[in-house]
Amino acid sequence: MEQKRKEQILRMSGAEVRKCMKCGKCSATCPSYDEMEYHPHQFVAMVNEGNIEKLMESESIYKCLTCFACVERCPRGVEPAKVVEAVRLEVIRQQGKNRLKQDDIPAKLDEDTPGQLLMTAMRKYAK
Amino acid sequence: MKIAYYPGCTLKNKAKALDRYARESAEFLGFELCEIENWQCCGGAYTSAKDEIATKLPSVRALANGRDNGGRVLTVCSACYNVLKQTNHEFKVNADFDRRVNNYMAPDMEYHGEGEVIHFLELLRDEVGFDELAKKVVKPLTGKKIAAYYGCLLLRPSCVLKFDDPENPKIMEDFIRALGAEPVIYSMRNECCGGYITLEDKSAAKKRASAVAENALEMGADFMITACPLCEYNIKKNSDEKIEVKYFTEVLAEALGLID
Repeated sequence: MEQKRKEQILRMSGAEVRKCMKCGKCSATCPSYDEMEYHPHQFVAMVNEGNIEKLMESESIYKCLTCFACVERCPRGVEPAKVVEAVRLEVIRQQGKNRLKQDDIPAKLDEDTPGQLLMTAMRKYAK
Repeated sequence: MKIAYYPGCTLKNKAKALDRYARESAEFLGFELCEIENWQCCGGAYTSAKDEIATKLPSVRALANGRDNGGRVLTVCSACYNVLKQTNHEFKVNADFDRRVNNYMAPDMEYHGEGEVIHFLELLRDEVGFDELAKKVVKPLTGKKIAAYYGCLLLRPSCVLKFDDPENPKIMEDFIRALGAEPVIYSMRNECCGGYITLEDKSAAKKRASAVAENALEMGADFMITACPLCEYNIKKNSDEKIEVKYFTEVLAEALGLID
């Protein structure tokens, strides 16, 4: 199961996790580092090891901002943000697993909330 | 010159100034922004998963429309620029994506990545030219110290967007100089505002926005300019330190004498 999941995540992300040399630059530059239980370099390492269920159960998958700082600054072109996104989608694409539901939205709005925010959040937290 | 224009969802409601002053400034500079008919929202975020198709179709339809109307699509919003450009790039590197997307396209609207995406700032830099722009300024913003806020969407991934140097960009600083003002260089200008996490985790969003605003103020900024409605919202709403945020098109229109 974990092996199949690993293959699926590598296929979805297109990331080459084996190229990682564990320098930690992705986590060092991550703006959400303090919010995460597992950090970008750990996503890369744990997917490579096939240790994916822990990542899927972690809140860390919802903390990535997809700002691509890690992708831009990785000296090996590993693309950690794409790995995080693939793990999150592996969860969200399951039935009933949307993180954000349409009914939750009205309570989160204020008078200035841009449509861009709602659309982006629905893309990231729901299928 | 006519250019196919993709305004995007937010420029139609909360960021009307970004849209209005882009159109007025473009007209003044000799370009007509022709809004694409029946455009649909880009989704605000590009999903990097290679098997994700449906959420990218609105962008593909906009790209096809641009191709058929002058060969390119112009955007003003950072998110639309990022999503459309990454979508367009996927055709060049992912044959499976190309095939599966075209399953959803009308037969006479096949698309294979032939179009181009251009940001309004690129139009100013590459086609108007900042030197020429400076000559057209009638109300220079002399004495103003302006912090350009790039955020993430205009710059990354740089191998796809090719907008500017992702770690040391200068397009907005050159723009600010052309308008007669002084750009403020600060280290957080290409870091994230917190993005969509403001709906998920307010305290995380506050930390991100505050770090950016504090840094810009510390370096002496009078106000900040951005091309992104979500950056504008986050800096205004979530930062502990208050800094005025304006859209770059608004200061452009002001300098060109288009605002009373």
